[in-house]
Amino acid sequence: MNELPGSILEPSGLFDAIHEGRSFDAVVHEATFDERSILEIEKLRLWYGSSQALFDISMLCPEGKVTALIGPSGCGKSTLLRCVNRMNDLIDTVRIEGQIRLSGQPILDSGTDVIELRKRIGMVFQKPNPFPMSIFENVVYSLRIDGERDRGLLEEVCEESLKGAGLWEEVKDRLESSALALSGGQQQRLCIARAIAAEPEVLLLDEPCSALDPIATGRVEDLIDELKGTYSILMVTHNMQQASRASDYTAFMYLGRLVEFGPTQDLFLQPRLKETEDYVTGRFG
Amino acid sequence: MTTTLEPPAPTPAPEASRQRARKRPRRRTQLSAHGEPFVWISGGALVLALAMVVGLFALVLGFGLGTFWPGPLEQITLEDGTSVLGELQREETVRLDGEEVDRRLIRVGNRDLTGVSFRWIDNADVAKVERPDWALVVERLSWGRFYGTPVSYQVQGEVVTEDPAEVWSAFLAEQGPARERLAEIRTLEEHEIGRVNARLERARLATRGAELRFGEDSDEARRAKMQELRIQEEGEASFAELGAKIAALRAKNAEQKVVFRTSDGVDVPMEVASIVRAYPANRLSFTGKVGVYLARWWEFLSADPRESNMEGGVFPAILGTVSMTLLMSILVVPFGVLAALYLREYAKQGIVVSTIRIVVNNLAGVPSIVFGVFGLGFFCYVVGGSIDRAFFPEALPDPTFGKRGLIWAALTLALLTLPVVIVATEEALAAVPSSMREGSLACGATKWQTIRRIVLPRAAPGIMTGMVLAIARGAGEVAPLMLVGAVKLAPSLPVDLTAPFVHPSRSFMHLGFHIFDLGFQSPDSEAAKPMIYTTTLLLIVIILALNSIAFWVRGRLRRKLQGVHV
Ligand SMILES: Nc1ncnc2c1ncn2[C@@H]1O[C@H](COP(=O)(O)OP(=O)(O)OP(=O)(O)O)[C@@H](O)[C@H]1O
Ligand SMILES: [Mg+2]
Repeated sequence: MNELPGSILEPSGLFDAIHEGRSFDAVVHEATFDERSILEIEKLRLWYGSSQALFDISMLCPEGKVTALIGPSGCGKSTLLRCVNRMNDLIDTVRIEGQIRLSGQPILDSGTDVIELRKRIGMVFQKPNPFPMSIFENVVYSLRIDGERDRGLLEEVCEESLKGAGLWEEVKDRLESSALALSGGQQQRLCIARAIAAEPEVLLLDEPCSALDPIATGRVEDLIDELKGTYSILMVTHNMQQASRASDYTAFMYLGRLVEFGPTQDLFLQPRLKETEDYVTGRFG
Repeated sequence: MTTTLEPPAPTPAPEASRQRARKRPRRRTQLSAHGEPFVWISGGALVLALAMVVGLFALVLGFGLGTFWPGPLEQITLEDGTSVLGELQREETVRLDGEEVDRRLIRVGNRDLTGVSFRWIDNADVAKVERPDWALVVERLSWGRFYGTPVSYQVQGEVVTEDPAEVWSAFLAEQGPARERLAEIRTLEEHEIGRVNARLERARLATRGAELRFGEDSDEARRAKMQELRIQEEGEASFAELGAKIAALRAKNAEQKVVFRTSDGVDVPMEVASIVRAYPANRLSFTGKVGVYLARWWEFLSADPRESNMEGGVFPAILGTVSMTLLMSILVVPFGVLAALYLREYAKQGIVVSTIRIVVNNLAGVPSIVFGVFGLGFFCYVVGGSIDRAFFPEALPDPTFGKRGLIWAALTLALLTLPVVIVATEEALAAVPSSMREGSLACGATKWQTIRRIVLPRAAPGIMTGMVLAIARGAGEVAPLMLVGAVKLAPSLPVDLTAPFVHPSRSFMHLGFHIFDLGFQSPDSEAAKPMIYTTTLLLIVIILALNSIAFWVRGRLRRKLQGVHV
């Protein structure tokens, strides 16, 4: 895609440093400092048992913007995402150091109210995971668990969220039928509707389009476009076009480290590191 | 399956791909890899298992269904001139004193006259076999079956007719009213007198309770005593009235009599009311036989047992079995599900939980009689005894709950089937995809909300499977029941129409125990044998029916989960 005329960058030797276990500083573009951030990740380290999966990640997510995480498979993108809403708490072997702040409040402390935190941070998973109940109940799940009984409000939220996720037209006549009967792509959009029905401050999307066809992918990308501004979005993607189309900022990760982080335009068109350039142009390997 | 695929000819390659060209060819698939012998072995195992199950079931079905079919009545004249009237039971060949003997078993009935109701007859001794036209099979309230021919019909001691056909029709006409009078006597004896007795007992307990609470000389005690005396007086009056009514009905029934003659020429007068059913076996048409067959089944399913359970029906046992099994399910399912939930969802997985899991699984291997002993010692005596002391002190030393009863039997079996439910539930919980739990937690749901709204509904079909297994195990269990509540003959039903409808402290009859009792405790094992098959068949059908309901519910749940409209 964005072929740079006969790359002018020299290999930085950064991957060698990573492979040899030396420490280094991630390249962070100055433009990112100008933004008001909603999430600040500070020197985050994470271990699964004795194997370290994240190394000193420091970055921020600008408020109201879309931040994309890219990087080869197994580099820790999902792990990082799951730190933000403390899903990693569910894994006994996980140990975390460092801090993440949501609007300035630390969230990795043991005193944090995880339930409240998750109410402020929505998440859509890589694999669609609708609940075994009706479409309607799926969408209003977060209101139900808060004890909301007002049928009118529930219906309103359901319709709005489904419209937001671009699913309303397809399911409006069968809201009471089971969500498990939907197609994979519909299920994923249902999960997005479920996440936005809770009106979170931050939306975490873990490869939301990996199960979708190009048309549904396009819809989700449009949706992301609509949502930004209202929500701050942190998304993982393997699709470079998607990252360049849908996101404002992009972070490139490699083997548990943050390598380069900056505005998407800059990262794709004028990366500072040869390694980033190679990855985003598909010459990586 | 064994097509050989030649490796593709190596393409002429430059330096780089020479490595490839030298690649070692794959071996041909070995015979053992195809697994055909294994298919044969597994198929054979299935056939063997099926054959045994089908065989057992066919045996039970064959004998169980045949029991009530009315056979012909044969009059056998022996070489020595005596004659025998009865139903052929079976024939066999045995070696007696080194000699092969063909013999037949005849049900000769008339136990009140001869003391036996079955007789072996050597085929060699048989001189003549006839099927007399008017030979009757008479099923009586007591003494089992009677075989004979009608001689006369008497009303108030006067002979009305002596023609067999007329005797027969007179009997048929009078049988209905006579049986109705008998039923009325029963009602009076059991319900009316029972009600008066219960009232007296309540009054006695009230006095005793007042004495215990306020002291013997207190006003309350004296007032209660007065009340009791008044009720006693009323009771005496009621008893007298009821007694008169019953005597009148009895006298009326005593007026109608049929006289039968046995094959030995003995005349036996019999009250019409004491005859449950009679039929001229050799005159019956096919529809007549079907009628007798169905009537016997109906009696079997709906009536109380007679003659130490060898005759009559098993209705109390059916009711006991079903109510005990349902009560057990109601107790074991929530209990087991909660335990499994804690084990799987809340307890920290580790050596302790693994140990508990192993112990629970092995609990299923403890002999069931051990559970019975535990149930008797703990539930009946400790728990029941405590309840009595706390809530029913006035009835002591008569136990109210501190004895064998429905609730304790259900609890004991619940304990017995607990491992089944726990294991099935744990498996069902483990099978709920973690992605669903994560999705729910990510929405800000608490763990409990996730379990209640996502995990349990999703695991419900699996939990139902556990319930099905528990029912199958619990309903067929006999040994522990003998200790904690099942009895040969229960005076009253555990579930009836008087409040509070379910009487958990009562002892009850149970089909499984009934089978054991018929087989090993009955005075006439030959007469009990057909009943054993029929009762077994009934028990199997009941378990099947209970499980079918559970299966049906499970299927519904499953379809609902999969999003198919139901
Ligand atoms: N539950 C776990 N226990 C142990 N190791 C884990 C666990 N989950 C992930 N890992 C390891 O952590 C590393 C990062 O995994 P992660 O799932 O974050 O990768 P990813 O970047 O999301 O990859 P992908 O693009 O394939 O989804 C991998 O090496 C993986 O093997
Ligand atoms: Mg991932």
